[in-house]
Amino acid sequence: MQPTRHSRTSLPWWRGRGLVIGVPFAWLLLFFLAPFLIVAKYSISEMGDVRVEDLVTYANGAVKLAAKVTNYATVFTDSLYFNAYLASLKYALCTTLCCLLIGYPFAYFMARARASVQALLLMLVMLPFWTSFLLRVYAWKGLLDEGGWVARAIVGLHLDKALLAMGLIEAPGQLMHTTFSLLVGMTYTYLPFMILPLYANLSKMDLRLLEAASDLGATPWVAFWRVTVPMSIAGIVAGSMLVFIPCVGEYVTPELLGGPQTLMIGRVIWDENFSNNDPPMASTIAVVLVLLIVVPLALFNRYQARVEEAGK
Amino acid sequence: MNTSADNAKFLQIQDVVKDFAGYKAVNNVSLDIAKGEIFALLGSSGCGKTTLLRMLAGFETPTSGRIVLNGQDLAGIPPYDRPLNMMFQSYALFPHLTVWDNIAFGLRREKLPKDTVAERVEAMLKLVQLGKFGKRKPHQLSGGQQQRVALARSLAKQPQLLLLDEPLGALDKKLREETQIELVNIIHSVGVTCVMVTHDQEEAMTMTSRIAVMSEGRFLQVGSPAEIYETPATRFVADFIGNVNLMDGKVTVDEPDHVVIDCADCRHYVGHGITGTLGMPVAVALRPEKISLQRARPAGEFNAVSGTIQELSYFGATTVFRVKLASGQVLAVSAANTERHLDDAFARGDTVWASWSPQAHVVLTH
Repeated sequence: MQPTRHSRTSLPWWRGRGLVIGVPFAWLLLFFLAPFLIVAKYSISEMGDVRVEDLVTYANGAVKLAAKVTNYATVFTDSLYFNAYLASLKYALCTTLCCLLIGYPFAYFMARARASVQALLLMLVMLPFWTSFLLRVYAWKGLLDEGGWVARAIVGLHLDKALLAMGLIEAPGQLMHTTFSLLVGMTYTYLPFMILPLYANLSKMDLRLLEAASDLGATPWVAFWRVTVPMSIAGIVAGSMLVFIPCVGEYVTPELLGGPQTLMIGRVIWDENFSNNDPPMASTIAVVLVLLIVVPLALFNRYQARVEEAGK
Repeated sequence: MNTSADNAKFLQIQDVVKDFAGYKAVNNVSLDIAKGEIFALLGSSGCGKTTLLRMLAGFETPTSGRIVLNGQDLAGIPPYDRPLNMMFQSYALFPHLTVWDNIAFGLRREKLPKDTVAERVEAMLKLVQLGKFGKRKPHQLSGGQQQRVALARSLAKQPQLLLLDEPLGALDKKLREETQIELVNIIHSVGVTCVMVTHDQEEAMTMTSRIAVMSEGRFLQVGSPAEIYETPATRFVADFIGNVNLMDGKVTVDEPDHVVIDCADCRHYVGHGITGTLGMPVAVALRPEKISLQRARPAGEFNAVSGTIQELSYFGATTVFRVKLASGQVLAVSAANTERHLDDAFARGDTVWASWSPQAHVVLTH
């Protein structure tokens, strides 16, 4: 007879496994789902003179429900919001691609390096986390501003002409507050989140598979594309999600490094909330943003489940 | 054009050395393998057999020496350009590809037309009797089926030389015995020359036409399974292949047609001459199945010894007795159980006489 799962643990649910799952679950419920529901409630509430009206009011013996959906209509009709969403998705996608292009080779060679070198490289990937994220973004400001040595190097090598041709900057020599500076900052910030899952995936790979590919006539280049890349899809997907999702809602980096033409959705939410004093509108944008991110996340989870199924 | 002399030297391994930072994993070995032969490199782990195989495949480069396949020196040819294929230990099947695509992998690298690839893959699936499993992923197959996919994949490109690295090592004992015969049949039907690496002497003996026994990077003996078993060249080979009783002694009579060797417990009369001198210390090797037991003392002064049965192990087909001799040495004797029930069966503690014929010995001078 097959032993059942439960026969292994005789602990009551509130100890053992229930506890291990329950505590973080309760934490997320309290500090993630509950605030989100409050935001969702705001998004369909009326805005009074100075404060957001209650959704349900009780006055003169009658319950009154005041929900409004016009904010949602506005989000979907006003091109300002549409363009900001589009810009956010576009920059997040570009950042993800940049991280993948830089991160994959790095993770690959890290995974193939000698064990002692691996530890060192891993350390180097983690090292930036020891300094505040904000400081590091500010540092880029100094590096890319006119007179900053990265800016001087780029101009000195006439690479700014190429950037101009690609539409990443508006004027030669002017690197700050452009699409270029935004992408540099975001790629720099999120690169470790791409490298780490890729490294975890690539270092687990059975190298005999590459020998088998070679034995069957595949050159190292073909073996890389036919074996290594397909087998690291899970790592690529995980890394891309870890970069893409926070990038869409990014606020600080575009604020510090971006320019007027790189308006992203985080900035729009800020403006609605603090400049326009319209928390319901800000909440609506945030809810739509979350939905925009939840869809790819759900796809990712489904993919992961399928990979795990296949791996059994 | 291939002459028969070329065929006898289809694969030539000449003075090959592999030095890993001062440690000679393969130490100056030479070997010719004939076309169509199934050859085994046999030895315990760390003897250099796998390193030699990997040099044939091109995953390791010999420090010195040459490897020539069908007249072509393989030096400098990367693995992906060598006209040979390898079946890896625990198979190394591509987990992200179906069985069909695994087998097609090598064919597609040759840029063959689609129909040809499909035709060859189908033929391979049929050869290993996995016709219905083409769409499965490797992890959906049993160990035996995976082994056959690996074989099909390594034969799909019709290699000149097939390398097998512990081909049956990942299978359980019962399946291994069935698969040995099946594997040999497939290899023979394809007619490919084959070099396999194994630590399992039974596997090597049943599957191959010739065996090289390896130890510490060298070949100790190269020969057919029967040669290696019946006339081992050294103590190590005698001890490594099968079970053997080794008795140390001295040559006391040295005639061209017979010799006598005196050991601690008995005198051996060997029915052939040896290349040795009078008084020379030698070892006499006696296989357990070549010794018989009886209660009465046999006639003559040679080739018999008495002792006490210390323990016995019943294996069904045979029983192995461990007989303790006067000197303290324990003699293993294997007897075929030809009768179902013997009234006078030997039991533990019985005093018995062990005897053997003048042709049973192998005299080892080193």
